[in-house]
Amino acid sequence: MAKPRLGVFKFSSCDGCQLSILDAEEELLALLDKVELGDFLEASSTSAGAPYDVALVEGSISTPEEVERIVRIRKESKMLVALGACATAGGLQALRNWSRLGLVEPAVYPEPEVARAMEKALPVSDIVAVDFELRGCPVSKAQLLQFFASAVKGAKPRFPTSAVCFECKRAGNVCLVVAGGTPCLGPVTASGCGALCPSLGRGCYGCFGPSDDVNLDSYASWLTAHNVDRQTIGLLLKGANSQSHEFRKWVEKNG
Amino acid sequence: MDTGPLARVEGEGSLSIVDKGEGIPEVKLNIFEPPRYFEALLRGRRAEEVPDIVSRICGICPVAYQVSSLNALEGLFGVEVDEQVRRLRRILYYGEWIESHALHVFMLAAPDFVGAPDAIVMAEKEPGLVKEALALKRLGNSLMSAIGGREIHPVSLKIGGIYRAPSKEALLSLLPELDRLRGSVRNMVTFVSSLERPSLERESTLVCLHDSARYAIDGGEIISNHGLRLQPSAFEGTFEEYQVSYSNALHSRTRGGGSYMVGPLARFSLNFEQLNPVARATARDVGLKPPLKDPFQSILVRVLEIVHALEEAAGEVREYVEPVRPSVPYKPAAGVCYGASEAPRGILYHSYVVNARGQIERANIIPPTSQNQARMEDDVRLLAPQILKSDANTARRLSEMAVRNYDPCISCATHFLRLDIRKSRA
Repeated sequence: MAKPRLGVFKFSSCDGCQLSILDAEEELLALLDKVELGDFLEASSTSAGAPYDVALVEGSISTPEEVERIVRIRKESKMLVALGACATAGGLQALRNWSRLGLVEPAVYPEPEVARAMEKALPVSDIVAVDFELRGCPVSKAQLLQFFASAVKGAKPRFPTSAVCFECKRAGNVCLVVAGGTPCLGPVTASGCGALCPSLGRGCYGCFGPSDDVNLDSYASWLTAHNVDRQTIGLLLKGANSQSHEFRKWVEKNG
Repeated sequence: MDTGPLARVEGEGSLSIVDKGEGIPEVKLNIFEPPRYFEALLRGRRAEEVPDIVSRICGICPVAYQVSSLNALEGLFGVEVDEQVRRLRRILYYGEWIESHALHVFMLAAPDFVGAPDAIVMAEKEPGLVKEALALKRLGNSLMSAIGGREIHPVSLKIGGIYRAPSKEALLSLLPELDRLRGSVRNMVTFVSSLERPSLERESTLVCLHDSARYAIDGGEIISNHGLRLQPSAFEGTFEEYQVSYSNALHSRTRGGGSYMVGPLARFSLNFEQLNPVARATARDVGLKPPLKDPFQSILVRVLEIVHALEEAAGEVREYVEPVRPSVPYKPAAGVCYGASEAPRGILYHSYVVNARGQIERANIIPPTSQNQARMEDDVRLLAPQILKSDANTARRLSEMAVRNYDPCISCATHFLRLDIRKSRA
């Protein structure tokens, strides 16, 4: 069987998710041996180019050039994978979607007309069809390796999108919300991190986006009944996954 | 000539050199990484959220962002962090230096010197070396996740301290590998010092932090090789950012002066006496002594800083005692604050205006790559005669190497600046 050709592409992002590939360290050389490098600009100056069997796309789409580029990559790829929260749900830069770019730009650039960006930073799936999503800010290295193991065999892995609470219970943590009144997005956030924050005694802030069948209205009223104000809930949801359907809906309804 | 997209840099950029046949060629480093407007997004957020938000600016040096923001905000709120927590933050930061430098030296820069397109091909020629380099990188990551919870965008730091301090046993369990690498890093130093490097001796303004207690990493005052000595609060009065039409990253210069350089070369040149004795001895072995004037030496300085970070981290781990108070309570206060630390690539400066409700009114973040950008262009301009007379492949490689000397982190360098025009032209 020919090695699948891999492309890794960066859009508007911090580099952290593609760095997770290089962070595979011990597994890295074995892993890269199983694929043909089509394009991975951060790691290599050589490239076989298109077409790609698997394209991993990091970052949100936030300029007209990026729209053109993602459309081209989609055409050249059999399987397109959104890698991390910027690609799946806009990332932090998508918070500008709630303000007018005209208000944001002068705060950063003295001559804003020179820096060209779109009004909004969008998840990849707003522009092109996405075959698979690896969530997280950053993605989980374990899920990434599992994905590779499946993808080289032409399969897609399944990751649980049940709430962080399940991982948290398994870790044996005392519930921060119930016992301490700490605002925590664990009940409404997909697992994947291993309940990292609650295990360190802090509330979850939603790196992996909404969990399955989430009922934010219900959880928000429960939190407010336990003395967490709505502004705090809103700020927690206005993170890296703010453009996911469920989080965005709540923020837009409740301010 | 135009290089097209630069490979093996963090982020997206390209370089263009226009030779008009007479005079000095025009050199432009185009950063087409899209702007992300973090400084604007911080407005209205609570101070306590800042470390988690700013870490997302860079997946390669998130700790630098967190520490610079904490230095600023804890200063304003009058927080005295427990000494053992400071120690933990430093170990975390040494982990980031080790991880970032190992990534840069062996995976991004070294392939140039051996004529390989990437570390994977280099591994065919130097399997043992690449394996050890990856082990080094993994150790950096292990230190970060032991303290920060994870290596990319750690979650444990907060204003006032740390959410939960790791046990002494957890850190001690990393010592065997740390000690092993303290030994084997010597082979990596030998390898890097044996690489044939181009050279570019030039006078320049070197700027870094200075800490009387140690080779500066988690804070300090700003010094230069021209006798500058000032607090981070004076940064914006001394240096200025300016926008150029061809790049989404702002450039920096000294007010009334020219480009300057931050990063390993500046730190090594100005803080050499504080480098760990083992790293100092290693520097002597490979014939490196301050001050350094050649940016192509920076790859070797990065390896020496890995030696330093390994030695210091081992010492800090051995002396670590679990803190009695992992975090101390604080009350947000209104005011302006400033903070800086030594990111792997150089000074990372933050300033914030906080209102009476503890919210951010204004943020200004100046990353090292912005500060070095004008310098990168200067270097390529000086190399231009050599570049222009080389064949296409050599020309491209030489100019990429000149840029890579600065380990530019292009993701960090866009979306910045919050000076108004009048102020920046004052």
